[in-house]
Amino acid sequence: MKIIILGNGVSGITAARYIRKLSDHEITVISDEADYFFSRTALMYVFMGHMRRKDVQPYEDWFWDKNRIALLRDRVSHIDFEAKTLQTAHGKSIAYDKLILAVGSQSNKFGWPGQDLDGVHGLYRWQDLEAMERHSRGLNRAVIVGGGLIGIEMAEMFHSRHIPVTFLVRESSFWDIVLPPQESAMINRHINEHGIGLRLQTELKEILPGENGKCRAITTSTGETIPCGFVGLTAGVSPNVGFLKNTALDINRGILVNEYLETNQPDVYAIGDCAEIRQPQPGRRSIEAVWYTGRMMGETVAHTICRQATAYNPGIWFNSAKFFDIEYQVYGDIQPREPETRASLYWEHAEGKKSIRLAYDRHSGAVTGFNLMGIRYRHEVCEKWLHAGTQIEEVLPNLGLANFDPEFFPQHESELVAEYNRQTGKNLVVKRKRGLPAVLQFLNKQHSSS
Amino acid sequence: MQNESLSISVPSPAYTSAKQKIAIALAGIGILLVLVVWAAGRVVAPVPISLAALGFVLAGVLVFVREEYLKYPEGIKNNGAWFRGLTARGVWGWLLGVLITGFYVCLYWFPQYLAGLIQLFDPFSRLLRDRAADQWFVYGAFYTAAVLFMGIKFIYKYRHNPYQRLRTFSVMFFQLGFAFLIPGLLLRLQHPEIYFTYFWPLSYYQGTPMAYQGYSGSGLGTFFFFFGLAMFFIGTPILTYFFGKRWYCSWVCGCGGLAETAGDPFRHLSDKSLTAWKIERWMIHSILAFVVLMTALLWINVATGKSIFQEYSQLFYKMYSFAIGSVFSGVVGVGFYPLLGSRVWCRFGCPMAAWLGIWQKKKSKFRITVNGGQCISCGNCSTYCEMGIDVRAYAQKGQDVVRASCVGCGICSAVCPRGVLRLEGANSHPPAFLSRTL
Repeated sequence: MKIIILGNGVSGITAARYIRKLSDHEITVISDEADYFFSRTALMYVFMGHMRRKDVQPYEDWFWDKNRIALLRDRVSHIDFEAKTLQTAHGKSIAYDKLILAVGSQSNKFGWPGQDLDGVHGLYRWQDLEAMERHSRGLNRAVIVGGGLIGIEMAEMFHSRHIPVTFLVRESSFWDIVLPPQESAMINRHINEHGIGLRLQTELKEILPGENGKCRAITTSTGETIPCGFVGLTAGVSPNVGFLKNTALDINRGILVNEYLETNQPDVYAIGDCAEIRQPQPGRRSIEAVWYTGRMMGETVAHTICRQATAYNPGIWFNSAKFFDIEYQVYGDIQPREPETRASLYWEHAEGKKSIRLAYDRHSGAVTGFNLMGIRYRHEVCEKWLHAGTQIEEVLPNLGLANFDPEFFPQHESELVAEYNRQTGKNLVVKRKRGLPAVLQFLNKQHSSS
Repeated sequence: MQNESLSISVPSPAYTSAKQKIAIALAGIGILLVLVVWAAGRVVAPVPISLAALGFVLAGVLVFVREEYLKYPEGIKNNGAWFRGLTARGVWGWLLGVLITGFYVCLYWFPQYLAGLIQLFDPFSRLLRDRAADQWFVYGAFYTAAVLFMGIKFIYKYRHNPYQRLRTFSVMFFQLGFAFLIPGLLLRLQHPEIYFTYFWPLSYYQGTPMAYQGYSGSGLGTFFFFFGLAMFFIGTPILTYFFGKRWYCSWVCGCGGLAETAGDPFRHLSDKSLTAWKIERWMIHSILAFVVLMTALLWINVATGKSIFQEYSQLFYKMYSFAIGSVFSGVVGVGFYPLLGSRVWCRFGCPMAAWLGIWQKKKSKFRITVNGGQCISCGNCSTYCEMGIDVRAYAQKGQDVVRASCVGCGICSAVCPRGVLRLEGANSHPPAFLSRTL
């Protein structure tokens, strides 16, 4: 069987790797972006000089031949779903038995005047990084539009080169559509601490052209004009499906798929950022453009193709990021404003760079989410608690188990528990500390009882 | 823009503030003083000049640290590591490599060309050891200064990380105390010059009959001989079982101490390829086998009274001493820091590391665990692994890192932007997260 995968990001490559593990099918991965798979989330580190291009490629170049995964650097211009063939920009016609669309996202542009000028870029593709590099020399200022994960990465990138940055955020606080107010305020402070010009409740109005079609300055919704040689558009991403519009493929915002990641066309699947799930699981979005879901979809589709039809089950939500120097991890469901039925227990370190938040159901007491800033928690432990709907008063005494910070780092779980005791008049005490032996005992016990 | 590496395409010089330039100038004056004395072959006023040289370098380090780290919020400071000539095998890296290599060549084979430096440290040697300086004292002084000064820099670089602070304090303590002051004081007190933190087979001499005979007049020497053996046969397996080889390699050992401090700016230069790992495995174990064989031969000679092995075993010893003891551990091991990274000797050569590694791999609780499915395959862990371990290959699979070569420096865990790696000890593995996702 001949399997073609469009896109060599984490979704497509994970699919290819698992198909190879499970079968001897012929695999070809087509990418217009890069010869080899690289970690998209690591682009920033190349710009900052932490790593070279080859360092962000998780597999050595011989890996692909050895695993009989053919890589083709080309762009697909047309797909004939009836004849099961695709045409490439280089004039090739390729037949497939199964086609996996893993074509990723593109940066959003909301029709701003001047959004196509030279020096206006998003940050998603390798070519975006090259554009940033090209415009960085002698750059007077970069303006970044959109207060999300990519925006703050871009701010850190330019800042690392000592290029002044103005950061326009539409919301009243950084990423407050996801982060609760305290965590969001913590990141506001941290952005300012790094000397970034953070402009909250400020939107881009217009990008002004200079010489040779280059951007010269921007104007904001607050009436300010800011001279800048680069504008970063980081107001989210959306599925990269433009070249598939007006085909037989069923597309809404992304390529519509069922729980088996099947599109409406026979033997055609869509995974990763470009896939829109028709009926997502409760509490989940139909499009989740994150590394982890892309990886899980790649694994799932490989099983469906090589073994039996396997439904995509992303499990309990988790994610992570790093905002300059502050690491962020989330497990389960954390809302920027929890519904009335839920309580939210929060502790913040006096220095304002670490925090722990637990959300739990007011009635049942079941823990529903963990939100960590500057503190690492162990995925498996949090997941077990969330999965079992463990009571807050059972979690808190054992909370030390979840701590994943390195040795000799202070553990702050007792301070969170003290906050709980203060609020409730209870007298809980943290009984367990971090460490693998205790964790294994805990996980095994949980495992056998479930 | 079709460059393999963006580092090559960055034409602008790395950002350097005025105070950093002052810091570089201060350290530069100190180094210049040393170079002038080295070139001149003699020195007029050794006390003020040696103090000035060390003082200028220290002042430079302190000013630099203030500008580079303390001015900014605490966090990971690897900006520009692949852009700077010094740390990305550029002109300055090569020049520094040539300079250090040249010093080692003089040290081992042409000490007469170090006459000026020996004079420079002579008053200090008399003060500490009550005897004239030789090239080895000069070496020890430079070595200790490098560990202390660059250790201060490292502690400030990782000031947010208690594990790194403690570990670095530990290597500074062992270098200054056990590898410099105590051996010197022992000489002053008419004892053998004993380095309590170097055992056979890293110190290949220490397990030989020559060492045993050399120590025979001294109770302390005899004690150390058996202490070294006990550390090899009993101490190493037990300590490695509980803590991994890090109890030695990144907390105590002087070679490790230099690598972790002075070598830190070059840690990302280690080779991560599978080929390098294959070379590492046969090379380091061959050297361990060789040193065991060599030492056994020397003892068989003593036991059998100058047997047929005599000439070969002495030849073996001389070969080892030249090829491994001098060329590999010194000239290549340290001289090539700016080209091959800071742990080339520890990874490919050190027989002690091989021995520790066997125990770490086969019988140790030590492992680096992976935090569920949080890895984003970015590669920071692998890049900054001084031992060239492809940590990411494990992390992205959710698999514990159990590797003979891991020295437990903890930098992979520190640089991970997603909080995925943790050094710890237990007898079994957590269930692999990723295989549970389906």
